[in-house]
Amino acid sequence: MPAMEKHLKVSAIKNGTVLDHIPADQLFKVIDILGLSKSENQITFGTNLESKLLGKKSIIKISDKYFEDYEINRIALIAPQAKINIIHNFEVVEKRILSVPSQIRGIARCMNPACITNHQPIETIFTTVEGSDELKLLCHYCEKVTDEKNLKIISNF
Amino acid sequence: MPKHLISIHDFSKEEILRVLSLAAEFEKNPSRPLFSDKVIASIFFEPSTRTRLSFETAANRLGARVIGFSDAGNTSVTKGETLKDTIKMVSNYADLIVMRHPLEGSARYASEVSSVPVINAGDGANQHPSQTLLDLYSILKTQGRLDNLKINMVGDLKYGRTVHSLLQAMSHFNPTFRFTSPEELRMPAEYKEYLNEKGIPFEESSNLEDGISDTDILYMTRVQRERFTDAIEYERVKNIYSLQGNMLTETRPNMKILHPLPRINEIAQDVDNSEHAYYFEQAGNGVYTRMAIITMLLGVNQL
Repeated sequence: MPAMEKHLKVSAIKNGTVLDHIPADQLFKVIDILGLSKSENQITFGTNLESKLLGKKSIIKISDKYFEDYEINRIALIAPQAKINIIHNFEVVEKRILSVPSQIRGIARCMNPACITNHQPIETIFTTVEGSDELKLLCHYCEKVTDEKNLKIISNF
Repeated sequence: MPKHLISIHDFSKEEILRVLSLAAEFEKNPSRPLFSDKVIASIFFEPSTRTRLSFETAANRLGARVIGFSDAGNTSVTKGETLKDTIKMVSNYADLIVMRHPLEGSARYASEVSSVPVINAGDGANQHPSQTLLDLYSILKTQGRLDNLKINMVGDLKYGRTVHSLLQAMSHFNPTFRFTSPEELRMPAEYKEYLNEKGIPFEESSNLEDGISDTDILYMTRVQRERFTDAIEYERVKNIYSLQGNMLTETRPNMKILHPLPRINEIAQDVDNSEHAYYFEQAGNGVYTRMAIITMLLGVNQL
């Protein structure tokens, strides 16, 4: 739809992945989690864009890059409502739904200050607790639950 | 059989029962030098009297030699050595590691880097599975069974790791629970949900007297000062329950009082002479239970 394109705040890409409806304040965390700061691909992003759904949203467009499910699902922790569109030749050819992975390694920090992972160089491992609307992560080591409001993302990049 | 003992829920019902039957064998004959060719490391990064002495007694009764430390103060830990490096080194020296560490999850992590079995002798406020197994052994020994018992847990049910682990372990055996605690130290919701899922009945109360006459086990715990941020609140609840000798007049004849020790004021001295008092024998059972755990983790399943 060429008539629409001139209104886009972040210009269209020919091939690649578009991550839309990222909450504006989570943009840089998403960039961290996906390791985009080390990417060689062309990346454009916009933030604090108007969104009916979120108030303010961010969008990231990455040319010639397609993520595996396990990579992209990592952002479900902080941007569960994000929309993932796969672009071929300027067209959306696939929409992917995010789902929180059942095991999460090395992204989140355990909220328990006495947990070994907060004191020694150890990769965190969590399993997601089933049967709750809220995101709850059970620490593999200290067996305590970290809930959504206490979730902190580890920046690896 | 798991290679390590880190959390009580790592053990199936059958594995728990196997530990208890081995413990009974060791009680009949405690001197069994099965492991005179083995070295057991007892590494305690924070102080402990009962647990460390009981593990070391168990190792000695099995004929093993014991190496280790009882305080991290004079080890490489003060030079900044990571837990991983300490465990890697010790697991090259010893055939089995018994570890206590103040950080939660440290034992699970140690088991992942160790080449020999690891027994968790307490990782902060998280798990202390050998205590749970000796509690089960004490219950089995005094009641003749584990199934269909009524257990009244008293005191700090919010932070007490022993009651949480015992609750999980007993859930294999169709128990009925009563939880006696002040309002602010109630059993956490996650454990009550766990019981609801398993269809295990429980009631909650803040009254100790009413729960003594119809229970098989009275499991007393200490209210721990270090858990409170508000000193006034601690003062208010610290002596809220004090079991007195004159409260034991209408109990079931088989009723036993357990306590993981150390006790402060929650059990009066005049209870000690009661036929219902069992907490010192309970501590003694720790040696047989720990002999059984060591034996199983070193690959011997029957004597």
